[in-house]
Amino acid sequence: MSNAQQFDTRPVVDNESEIAVESPLAFSRHRSGAPKAKADTRVTVRERAFLGHLVLRGGAIVLDEALREVVGLGLPGEPLGLVQDEGGKRSIQWISPDEWLLIVPGGEEFDIERRLREALGDAHFSISNVGGGQTVLELSGEAAREVLMKSVSYDVHPSHFPVGKGVTTVFAKSTVVLRRPSEERWELVIRRSFADYLYRWILDAGAEYTIGVEG
Amino acid sequence: MFHIYCPHCAEHREEEEFHPKGQAHIARPMDPEACSDEEWGDYLFFRDNPRGIHHELWVHAVGCRKFFNITRNTVSYEILETYKVGEQPTITAESLSQDKKMTADGVTVADGGLQTEGESDSAVNTSKEAKV
Repeated sequence: MSNAQQFDTRPVVDNESEIAVESPLAFSRHRSGAPKAKADTRVTVRERAFLGHLVLRGGAIVLDEALREVVGLGLPGEPLGLVQDEGGKRSIQWISPDEWLLIVPGGEEFDIERRLREALGDAHFSISNVGGGQTVLELSGEAAREVLMKSVSYDVHPSHFPVGKGVTTVFAKSTVVLRRPSEERWELVIRRSFADYLYRWILDAGAEYTIGVEG
Repeated sequence: MFHIYCPHCAEHREEEEFHPKGQAHIARPMDPEACSDEEWGDYLFFRDNPRGIHHELWVHAVGCRKFFNITRNTVSYEILETYKVGEQPTITAESLSQDKKMTADGVTVADGGLQTEGESDSAVNTSKEAKV
């Protein structure tokens, strides 16, 4: 086991209550509002806040082995790949040739990081908990792809962007990780510092499709 | 807008995702202490500025964030190939001028003023030597 120091960013106090956390969009929702879905809503946006995000770097072979043991998921075999477990709760995405993004339900990341460090032993790797620095927005609905077409230069046509693909690209002058976990849903992994800007951009871009905010 | 092929992502991406980082294949002198001021100055500050084929270092800044090389024509802006750092280009000014000599047998081919004739890929050759 490496001697890297770890600390739980969301410790449980008194074995009961967690320390209160706020989504990066808490203030944006307050200031910019969160329009409810209506009958003619063609696209909805939902924030999936407080997930566990771990950035894994290192050699593909050792990481793959450790992940299969700890998370039960292997690394995606191809560049731009995205794999997820059956319920879609845990996912691993290719970010660069030696970097992957592991997203797990909130609260699991600390334990997974510890077990990964144990499994990886003395291998050359790094694991960073970036859950506090980014959040996930989910776009769904028939016009979701049209909102994306207004915002990214990347080709999001289904023939070029099948389910199980994820890319890092430019979204409205900012950077996002754009991924497609299923036919109907698109996920944007966005940075905390850009969250307000992107939230307001999406509300504006989705206005013509009567965008609704869920959750 | 260019569509640039990233050899790490293995697909074409928009130009706005990339940044140019200057000339490629600049090998750091093996023993800096033994360099003359002139050699060290050449390594640090002096770059080729060819009219024609140029090998450049680029980074996929909004993407995989990896560096790779591009062979580009500085006159037409045409990108001839991209390849990973550590690999050698398959297209060089020399290889192009040789192709031209072969096709030019009996036929005069205008070269558009490119510096392919007599051009040397000194930078690429130097890095090849440095590797050995």
